[in-house]
Order: sequence, then structure tokens, then C-alpha cells
Amino acid sequence: MSRLELNGIPHLEEIGSIDRLFDAEKVEKDYRSLAERQASDNKIVPSLEEAVRLSGLKDGMTISFHHHFRNGDYIVNMVLDKLAEMGFHDLTLAASSLTTVHEPLIRHIKNGVIRRIETSGLRGPLAEEVSRGLMEVPVVFRSHGGRAYAIESGKLKIDVAFLGAPFCDPYGNANGYSPDSGEGISCGSMGYAVPDARYADKVVILTDHIVPYPNMPFAIPESDVDYVVKVDQIGDPEGIMSGATRFTKNPKELLIAETAANVIEASGRFEDGFSMQMGSGGASLATARFLREKMLNRKITAGFALGGITGSVVDLYSEGLVKKILDVQSFDLKAAQSLKDNRFHQQISASYYASPGNEGTAVNQLDVVVLSALEIDVNFNVNVLTGSDGVIRGAVGGHQDTAFGASVSIIVAPLIRGRIPCVVEKVNTVVTPGKTVDVLVTDQGVAVNPIRRDLIERLRKAGLPLCTVEELKDRAERLAGKPDPVPYLDKAVGIVTYRDGSVIDVIRQVRDEE
Amino acid sequence: MKQLRRTMLYVPGNNPGMIRDAYIYGSDSIMFDLEDSVSVDQKDSARFLVYEALHTIDYGNKEMVVRINAPDTKTGIDDLEAMVRTRKVVIRLPKTETAEDVLECEKQIERIERENGIPAGSTRMMAAIESARGVLNAEKIAFSSKRLTGIALGAEDFVTDLKTNRSPEGIELLFARSMILLAARAAGIDAIDTVYSDVNNEEGLRKETQIIKQLGFDGKSVINPRQIKPVCEIYTPTEKEIKKSLAVMEAIEEAHHKGSGVIALNGKMIDKPIVERAQHVLDLARAVGAIDKEESDK
Repeated sequence: MSRLELNGIPHLEEIGSIDRLFDAEKVEKDYRSLAERQASDNKIVPSLEEAVRLSGLKDGMTISFHHHFRNGDYIVNMVLDKLAEMGFHDLTLAASSLTTVHEPLIRHIKNGVIRRIETSGLRGPLAEEVSRGLMEVPVVFRSHGGRAYAIESGKLKIDVAFLGAPFCDPYGNANGYSPDSGEGISCGSMGYAVPDARYADKVVILTDHIVPYPNMPFAIPESDVDYVVKVDQIGDPEGIMSGATRFTKNPKELLIAETAANVIEASGRFEDGFSMQMGSGGASLATARFLREKMLNRKITAGFALGGITGSVVDLYSEGLVKKILDVQSFDLKAAQSLKDNRFHQQISASYYASPGNEGTAVNQLDVVVLSALEIDVNFNVNVLTGSDGVIRGAVGGHQDTAFGASVSIIVAPLIRGRIPCVVEKVNTVVTPGKTVDVLVTDQGVAVNPIRRDLIERLRKAGLPLCTVEELKDRAERLAGKPDPVPYLDKAVGIVTYRDGSVIDVIRQVRDEE
Repeated sequence: MKQLRRTMLYVPGNNPGMIRDAYIYGSDSIMFDLEDSVSVDQKDSARFLVYEALHTIDYGNKEMVVRINAPDTKTGIDDLEAMVRTRKVVIRLPKTETAEDVLECEKQIERIERENGIPAGSTRMMAAIESARGVLNAEKIAFSSKRLTGIALGAEDFVTDLKTNRSPEGIELLFARSMILLAARAAGIDAIDTVYSDVNNEEGLRKETQIIKQLGFDGKSVINPRQIKPVCEIYTPTEKEIKKSLAVMEAIEEAHHKGSGVIALNGKMIDKPIVERAQHVLDLARAVGAIDKEESDK
């Protein structure tokens, strides 16, 4: 056999990736054990500060976070405190959502550390301050699907993602639960963090549990991760998990839920193999319970349940009434536990869940979704973002995505909340366009969007208490009076985008009471 | 169709949220309470609230009832003055012990009707019996006034009076229930059972409702909207009962048509009690939409 020569290989110049001969001398095999290798060669960096330095973060860049730790999150405040200390400024904070626990960000905004915010939701003192004109640049609100799409399409470019994970191995395989470990915090699915990890230039995982390789299953694969930082605490378990979800005993919520279940039954979608999503509000949760009775009576099972998953959906799965669960966010311990235990309970990414850039996106496979609302107007536009005083106190979440995707989207809301009408002439902020909303279920009647003649026909036949949305609005106004318009100033404090990134509404600064 | 009184929902007269929504839960009657659920310092505001609510809110075809304070007190008279004027409510007399209690209250109502140009006798009453003395006088109470639509048992005060408490089986109420029921039936008015206070025990509520339905009661007071559905379900006739009742009515129709005096169905004679029972079954069935109106009117 002749000696191997590069020149002997035909068309070598066309095969661009080949440029040299193998050299056995240069092969250095690692003879250390798995344990030894994990201990020395890994992505663990000694401190958050070090990780920030290594990430190459600069002033004016975009950093991102997920909200799977909900109101127990320590990560956002921890990272921002550090970045402030390191002297960063003019950053864009792109979180999948922000909530009450993120009040300390007010200080970082005032100090110029944060210049812009992109999020799905805003609550608590931060939201109040933003509504009162805290920020120079308006906050950009996106749905979960819209955010995934913005990241995938490059419209929202993330420079460094700081992602908290309850469990991570030395190479960055990260997850919200661990089948091996009963210890530590579990947040269940980490679906909203997946696009960040996939598309950010640099990814830092912050974890309180470094577990042996391979940490599996994993939400985020090591290939997406650059640095792993061990921190003492990632969050407060109380705030992350609300414990077992309790069924509401509120008679009005039960009445609404029962009516919603009757609507689903009559919608023509309640057939074997149907798909559904239920919110985590009292009435939505209770709807699942009423639906359960109907499924048992009529011997119907659901093909899959989607969305933010609660214990009540897990119960349906355990009874064999739901065949598969697609879980982008686990709302309670039961849901997180089920992810560990149940073969067909799968965590999915925000993109798989709802990105409009994704042909087979899960929300598009929904037969029915039950959603709540702060306000809904006579054109079926829904507001889930601003209160009756115009102050931001909510989240877009998957509202737009599921209302668009589901064959029948059902809004459940009391006609009047406290003394505030929920059915109004015009919502304060349009979040979900009325064209994608099909049915409104209140404690005082059911209204179907007139464009859904098919549904009107079906629900009428089933003897449901139908009325028009105008009638509901009139009834609410008769009882509670016509609300005065919110006194807004001109300054825009928030921009609400639709799932494709187009602007659907603008939130203005509220005028303080004198 | 006769006014059904399967469920009478208690609503504290000082709770605007509940007063506002009381009609959405599907009870047959709504009872605004100005008596025990309202503390002394809130009596005036509760009366004002209930009065305004009755003027403002459309309660549809619900039977509206107001439990007033004892009419031998200033508060009770004030309650009557306001509520009779609404022309919309049945006055529920609390802690009725004698026929005289009813007559005293009736005298006040008559006066208020007269002073306000309200047709005499148009204000209806019902009496709650809540003591041993009241139970023993049940017959006289039931016959005391033409205004009475029914008498009701109030068990909480009653068991205290008996020096006992309420048991899950309700054995201590058996005599009182039977007495009140007999008195009501003899007088041709309704008999309403007491509340079931453990709102989280649906099974217990169902059991008790089955007992009082079997005894013959027209219905029950409920203290939480969640109790309405279980009670209604128990009062809903079975399909078999409905079919049979429809057949009875059809047979009558046919007999009338033929001008025949004797009516028979499947070889059995149909007499007045059977017809009355069938009519009652159909009333109950129609109330829950188990049959539509045309079908039952056939």
C-alpha cells in the first residue's frame, strides 16, 4: 500500500474541510475518571461577577431572564444588583415576565442601569412606577409566543441570558426538576427559558444544585450554555410554588365554571381526542372539574392538555381522561411532580407552545381554551394588562396566542368585580383582539362573538343562557354605573405588541390623583 | 304554575355584593335578612340597602322575601314600613310563637297598606317557627292569616329551646318537622324546612334534603348558593315519574275530549290526588327544563 498523501486524493481543493493528514502524536487522550473530569474541566465559574466578565457584557446590551420562579425569584434582583455594582448602565432587560418581587428594579432604572424593559407582564410596585412614568422608553409587552418569535427572528437579540435553574450539571444541562433528587426547589417546566438559551450570544446558568453529569431530562442542553454559576439560593420555594392548587369555593366562580363547561360541551369540539387549555384562575380551574364529570359521563378523553399546567390537569391525566400533557410552565407542585413521574407529561419550549413562526405550534392545535380577563368590551377585545385605574397590573402571557390558536376561545369573567364592571364599552388596553375571542361566559349570561354564527346556533340549541355582549355591558352599567374614562397623560409608558410583533395598543402614563 | 319554593336563599341584608348577585344562582326564592345576620348598629343601613336594591335591581321572576326584626320592636316596625312600601316582597316573620304574633304583624301591614294606597291584603307573609311553643301552636299559626304563603322551621333556635343540638340524622327535628308540615298542609300553605349549616358537607345536605322531601316539605332554606344545585337535583323528578305524569295528563285530556267522566290509564282509575301529584311533578320538571312548556301543556 502506498503511503497516504493529501495530494493523492482527487478533487481535494473542492472538499474544503480537509487540509491536513492525521497525526497520532497529537492525540492526547484523557485517562481521568468521569468524576475527575467533571471536577476540573467544566463550565463552572467561581462567581457571578466572573461569569459577567467572561460573557463580554457591555453597556447598552440586552440581558434576559425567565419567570419560572414567579414571585419567589431571586435571580433578576441578584444579577441586576451585581451589574449595578460593576458599573453597567443603559441595559435592556428582556424578561419573560416580571412581578411584585422585582420591586428593587425601580432603583436600577432610576440609576440608569436599566434603560429599557421587554416583558410579558408587570405587577406590583414596579408596574405602578412604570405607569406613573418611571421610564423614559416605554416598556414593550409581548405574548409568550410573540417573545419566542421575536427572539427566533432576531427582532429581540439577547446578548447575555442569565437563567436560573434548580438543577444543572457541570456542563450546563439544566432543568427545573430532577428525577434523582427529592431535595431542593423544583419549578417544573422551564419552557420560557429555552429560546433565550438557544439564541442568546452567551448563556449563564445560575443554580443552587450542581448535579452529576448527565442531568436529565434537561430543558436546556449544554450546547446552549457557556457558564454555570453556583449560588446559595435561586429563589423562595414559597413564592415559586403555591403548593397544591385548591379548588375555589366561591359560588360565583363555580357558577361561571359550570357554565363554561356547558359551553365546551355544546361547542361541537367536545369529542373523543379533543384538546384543551385551562388557565390557573379560580374559574378556569373549576372548569376542568366540571369538564371531568362530563368526560366521565360521555366516555370522552382528551388527546392532550396544553399550557401552564396545574394539579387539576394532572388529576385528569391520572384518571386517563387526558392522554398527554404539554407543559410550558408548571403552576404547582403537583404539576412539577407529574413531570417527573409521568411518561406523557412533557415540557415544551415557549416556541413549541406558541411561536407564530412555528408551523405546527401547539396553540394552533387547541380545540378549546378557557381564559380570564380584567376587562372585555363590546367588540370582544380583551384587556389582561391594565386595571380599571389604567395602572399596569397583569401579563399578556399566552392570552393572545391561545385565543388565536384555539378553535373555540372562551373568556370567563364576572360581570362586575367588586364594584368595577368587567364588560365595558371599550377596554383600557387592547391585548387580545376581539376577532380571536369567541365566547364570553359571565355569571349573568353567555355572549358569543357574532362572527361565530356556528357557535351561536350550537349553544342556543343546547339551551344555554345566551345574550349579546351589549346586553351584558348594559346590565353591568345599570348595577355599577358607567365608569369614568381613566385620566391618562400623553406619555407612552408601554407598547403592547401582537404575537407577530405589530403594535396593537399603547399604554399611557396615569395622572396621579391630586 | 304554582310558585315553587324548593330553595330559599338567605342573603344578609348588609352585604351589598351578595344582594346585587343573589338572583344569578337559580334559587326559587331570595330572602334578604334584616334580623339575625345584621348587627344592631347596622339595622338601619341594611334596611336602606335592601329597600334600594329592591327598587334598583331586576330580580326577574324570583319570589322575594324579607326577614324582618320582631314586629313588636321599633326596628321591626321600621322594617315593615320600608318593606311593605316596596310592594315586592313577602314579609317573613321571625320566631313566631302564636297566632297573635302573626295577627299583630298583620295589623301593622294593614295600616301601612292603607296609609300608602297599597291594595289591602296584597302583602303576603310567611312565618318562621323556631321554638317549642311555636311548634305546638303550628296549626293555629298556619290558619291565622290569609296572607300566609307558608310556614318554616328555624332549627337552630329550636334545638336550643329543646336543650339539645342538631345531629346529622336530625332525629331531634322529626316531631317539629312533622308538626309544621301537617299544619301547613291542613291550612293549604307551603312548608319550608330549615337550613343545613355545614356548607362544605354536600353529602349531608343531600341526605337531609332527601328526608324532608320524603316527609313532604316543599323545599328548604339555603345559606350558600352552592347548596342550591344539590337541593334542586333531589327535587327534580325522575324521567319515569315525568313520563307517567305526562301520560296521566294526556289521559285526562282524552277523557275530556270524549266527554267521559271516568278516566283510566292502563286499566287503573285516575282520581283527583293522582292528577294533583302529576301536576306537581310536571311543575318541578318544568322548573329545571326537564320538559319544555309545550310538552307539559299538551
